[in-house]
Amino acid sequence: MEESKIISGCKALLIGGSAGSLEVLIEVLPKLEQLKSFALIIVLHRKSGEDNLLENLISIKTAIPIMEVEDKVPVEPGYIYIAPSDYHLLFEKDETISLDTSEKVNYSRPSIDVAFESAADVYGPSLAAILLSGANADGTAGLQAIKEAGGVTVVQKPESAEVAYMPGYAIENMSPDLVLDIRQILEFVKNINTSK
Amino acid sequence: MISDRELEVLINEVFEYYGYDFSGYSKASLKRRVERLYQIDGISRFSDVLSKIRSEEGYVKHLVEEITVNVTEMFRDPLFYKLLREEIVPVLATKPFIRIWHAGCSTGEEVYSMAILLKEANLLHKSLLYATDINSVVLDTAKKGLFPLRMIKQYAENYRFSGGSEDFSDYYTANYGLAKFSCELNEKMVFSQHNLVSDASFNEFDLIMCRNVLIYFDKHLQDRVLRLFDSSLSCLGYLALGTKETIKFSTVQDKFQQLNREKIWKKVK
Repeated sequence: MEESKIISGCKALLIGGSAGSLEVLIEVLPKLEQLKSFALIIVLHRKSGEDNLLENLISIKTAIPIMEVEDKVPVEPGYIYIAPSDYHLLFEKDETISLDTSEKVNYSRPSIDVAFESAADVYGPSLAAILLSGANADGTAGLQAIKEAGGVTVVQKPESAEVAYMPGYAIENMSPDLVLDIRQILEFVKNINTSK
Repeated sequence: MISDRELEVLINEVFEYYGYDFSGYSKASLKRRVERLYQIDGISRFSDVLSKIRSEEGYVKHLVEEITVNVTEMFRDPLFYKLLREEIVPVLATKPFIRIWHAGCSTGEEVYSMAILLKEANLLHKSLLYATDINSVVLDTAKKGLFPLRMIKQYAENYRFSGGSEDFSDYYTANYGLAKFSCELNEKMVFSQHNLVSDASFNEFDLIMCRNVLIYFDKHLQDRVLRLFDSSLSCLGYLALGTKETIKFSTVQDKFQQLNREKIWKKVK
C-alpha cells in the first residue's frame, strides 16, 4: 500500500486488544510524546467492575492526556480515550462517543468489533486501527469494516504477540494492510503523528 | 448494513404510523439494534422490514421490544448501591412518605434491588416505587418478579458488595430455573408504560433512578428528559444516573449538585 495513505488525514487511531495486549501498550505509549492531529482510542477486554485500574496503569506510562470517557464526550485530537468496562463504545456522526450496555459480542463488552465497526461508519478513510494480542476472535469483523470503509488496518505480528490467536485469526480471515511487530507498531504510530 | 438514509426512513415510518418517536435516539446504537433485528427476523433487505412494519399486525410492538436495550441486573455497580444505602436512604427515612421513580426500569431488577434496600432500612411500608418503561413486555416480567436463576449467584455477590448483610436467598424461592422474588417486595411497586420521549411528568418524587437509559438518547433528547426529571423531583430530591452518564451537557445542570464523584445529583434549585 502507498505510504501516503498510511499516514495522512488520520483523525482517530483505534487500538483493540485482549490477553497480552497491555504489555504492548506499556512498551509503546511511553515512547510517544504527543498526538498532534488525532485521538487514540483504546478498547481492551477487561474485567467488569475494575474501573480506573487500567486508566491508572496507562496514565503513569504516558505524558499524553487521558480524557475520561463518559457518554457523549467529544473525540478530540491529542487525547487518549479508554473504553470503560461493561459498556460497548460507539461513535456518533458528530464525533462524540456513545456508550451502550447491550448484549456482549464475542463474549465481550466492550467488544472490539463493535467499536471498530462503529468507527468505520463515522470516520471512513480518516481512521487507522491496530489489533493486538488476544485469545478471542473479536476484532476481525471490525477490521474488515474499517478496510471496506477505506481506513488503514494493522495487525500485530502473531509471533510477537503474547497470545497469537486474535491477530492470527484476523490475518486468516481478512487481509490487513500491515502486519507489524511491536517496534514497527511504534514507528507506525509515530508516522501518523508526524504527518498531517 | 443499514444506511443512514434507511434508518431515517424507518424512524419516520414508525413515528408516522405508530407514534413511537426514535428520532432522538443515539444513531450509532440504534443502527446496531436494527441490524440485530434483521438477524433475529432473518431480514436481508430494507424493503422487507418496511413491508413488515406496514402490513404485519403487531410487528412494530416486536420492533420496539427488540431495538430497546433491556440488559439489566440486580445491584448493578454495587458501590453505587452502597452509597444509596449509606447516604441517600437515611435522608429519605426522614420523610413521612417516600416516592421513587424508576424510569426505564426494563425487567425490574433495579426496582427489586431498591425494595430490598428499603425493606432492610424498615422503610418499605411507607414507600411507593413507580416503575415505568416504553416496552410493555418487560413490564410484565418486572411485575412478576421472576428472574433467571443462573444470574442469582452474581446478584447475591453484588448484594454483598453493596453492603447487604442478610441472607440473599431469603428474598426469593427457586423454581424451574427461575427465582421468584417475595411478594412482600413488589407490594409497593406500581408498573406502567411511559415513554420518556413523549410523555409528561406524572408525580413528584424524592428519588428518580434512571440508569443506563440516557446513553441511548442524543444530547437533545437527553436534555428534554433531564428537564422532565427536574420538573418531577421535589426540592432536595435526588437524581441517580448510570456510572458513565452525566448532566454536564444539559441546561438543568445548574439546578443540581453532584454528590462527590458519584452519579447522584441533589436538586438544589
